[in-house]
Amino acid sequence: MPTPDEVFEQVLAEETAKGSSPAVAQARAKAARVRAQRGAKNPSVPDKSTAPPPSSNPEASGSAAPSAEQGESKPAESKPAAAAQTKPAAAAKPASKPASGAPAKKAVGNGAGAVPERVQRLLAVVKPEAIQKVERQPMDRVNVWPHLMAAEMVALLVVLAAVTIFSIAVDAPLRELSNFNQTPNPSKAPWYFLGLQELLRYFHPQVAGVTIPTVIIIALFAAPYIDRNPSTSPDDRKLAIVLFSFFMLSFAVLTIIGMFFRGPGFNFVFPWEGGIFFEL
Amino acid sequence: MAKASGWNPRQKLAERFDQLHNGQFWRSIVRPGSMFRRGYADSPRNRAYVVMNSLLYHLHPVKVKRHGIKLSYTLCLGGLSFFLFILLTITGIYLMFFYRPSVGEVYTDMQRLHTQVSFGLLVRNLHRWGAHLMTISVFLHMARVFYTGAYKPPREFNWIVGVILLLLTLLLAFTGYLLPWDQLAVWAVTVGTEMMKQSPVIGDQVQFALLGGPVIGPETLLRWYTLHVLFLPFLIVIFISIHFWRVRKDGGISGPM
Repeated sequence: MPTPDEVFEQVLAEETAKGSSPAVAQARAKAARVRAQRGAKNPSVPDKSTAPPPSSNPEASGSAAPSAEQGESKPAESKPAAAAQTKPAAAAKPASKPASGAPAKKAVGNGAGAVPERVQRLLAVVKPEAIQKVERQPMDRVNVWPHLMAAEMVALLVVLAAVTIFSIAVDAPLRELSNFNQTPNPSKAPWYFLGLQELLRYFHPQVAGVTIPTVIIIALFAAPYIDRNPSTSPDDRKLAIVLFSFFMLSFAVLTIIGMFFRGPGFNFVFPWEGGIFFEL
Repeated sequence: MAKASGWNPRQKLAERFDQLHNGQFWRSIVRPGSMFRRGYADSPRNRAYVVMNSLLYHLHPVKVKRHGIKLSYTLCLGGLSFFLFILLTITGIYLMFFYRPSVGEVYTDMQRLHTQVSFGLLVRNLHRWGAHLMTISVFLHMARVFYTGAYKPPREFNWIVGVILLLLTLLLAFTGYLLPWDQLAVWAVTVGTEMMKQSPVIGDQVQFALLGGPVIGPETLLRWYTLHVLFLPFLIVIFISIHFWRVRKDGGISGPM
C-alpha cells in the first residue's frame, strides 16, 4: 500500500500527463493525499464503537471492547475484519481514479446494524474551475459593513426624504368620477407610454402600437448577444453607446413632446401659449 | 418591608438586561459581530460577522470591489429601485385597507382616502410619486448597466432578468394607474389598451382577456386590482430574487470600465 506522499506524487504525475493545469493537478493530488491519509487511519475510527479493530491500535480497542460486548451481538465480530480489509482498497482507489468520488464508495455499510454508516454532510462543492480562479489577480476590496451599507443608508434616506417632501407639497391627481360617455380632450396614456402614443401620430397603429414595441423588447433582450464586443471601455464601444443613446434620447424626446406639446385633439401646441394638458 | 428596603430598581433592571443579553433568545437573533450586540468592537472580524451572520448575507458579500461603492459608478439606482419597491409595498398595503375594487364603492373610497383616513392623502401621494420615481429609476438603472457594459458575459442572463423586471415594473405602474377610477385613470388606460388591440391575429382576444370584456368595465377594475396587488408583485419578487442572486453568482458588481 502506498504512503500518502507516494499517492500525492503519483496523482500529480498522472494529472500532469493528462494535461491539467498545474493548479488543478496540485489540488487533485493534495485531495488524493488527504484521502489516502484518512483511509490509512480509518480502520480504527469508525469501528471503535462496535468492535475492536484487528491490529492497529491496541489501547483504543481495549477501551472500546466492553461497550461492544454490551451493545451489539456476536455476529458483528466478523464485520470489522471485512471492513478493515476493504479500507486499504478504498484508500488505494483515489490514487488510481482521483476524480471519481472515492469517499462515497467507502461508506458501503450493509444496513444489518453492524458497522454504522458514516453520515457525510455536504459542506461545499468546489468546481475545478474555481480552483484555477485561485490564481486570479487580487483586487482592492472593502468591507460591505460599514462602507457600502453606510452609502446605501444615506441614499435611501435622501430619497425617502425627497419623496416625502414632494408628497406633502404636491397632491396626486384625482379627477371627477369616470364617465364613459365623456371622453376628455385630449386623453393621454400614462407618461411611460406617451412615446408610443406620439408614434401613433406618424405610423399606422399596428406599427406604432405593436411592431415598434415588440422590436424594442426583443432588441433589449438580445442586446448581449448582438453586441459581442467583450470590452467595457467606452473607447471600444462607440457604436453601441451611440445607438443606445440615440434610442434613449429619441424616446425621451417623443415622451416630452407627448407630455407637454400636445393639446386638444392631440394637436401640437406650445406649452407657453396653449397651456399644459398633462397630469402625472 | 425588609425586603422592599433592599430593593434597588436600577440594579434589578441592569440584571434583567444582563439576563436578556446572555439569554438564548437574544443570542440567536443578535448574532456574533452584530452592531446591536453588546461590546461590538470595530475589527475586521466583526465587520465580516455583521454581514455574514445576518439576513444581509443573502444580499451582499462580506467584501466588494472598491470601485463598486463609488457613487459615480452605480448611482445607487438598482438599490434605490428596490427600496422604492419596498416603499410601494408598504404604502400599497396601507391603501388596501381603505380600497374596495368594485365600481359602486371605488370612487367613494378614493374620496374618503383624501378626506377621512389618517394620512390617507399623504400615503396615496407617496405611493403615486414613488411609483413614477421607481419607473424612472428602473429605466436609468438599465441605462447605467448599458453604459458600463455590465450586460456583457458572464452577465447576459442577468440582463435578460433585468429586462423582464423593467417590463413587470411598467405593467405594475400601468395596472395601478386604473385603480383611482377617475376620468384620468380610465381614459389613460383606454388609450393604452387600444394599442394592444392592434396585435395581429390575437389582438381582440388579448384585449378581451385583459379587460374582462370588450371595453373597460367593472370586471377590468377587479382584474387589474388583482394583477396589481397580488400577481405582478408575486412575479416581480421572484425575478428580483433571481436578479440579486445572479449579481453575486456572476462575480459581484461589474468591473471598472
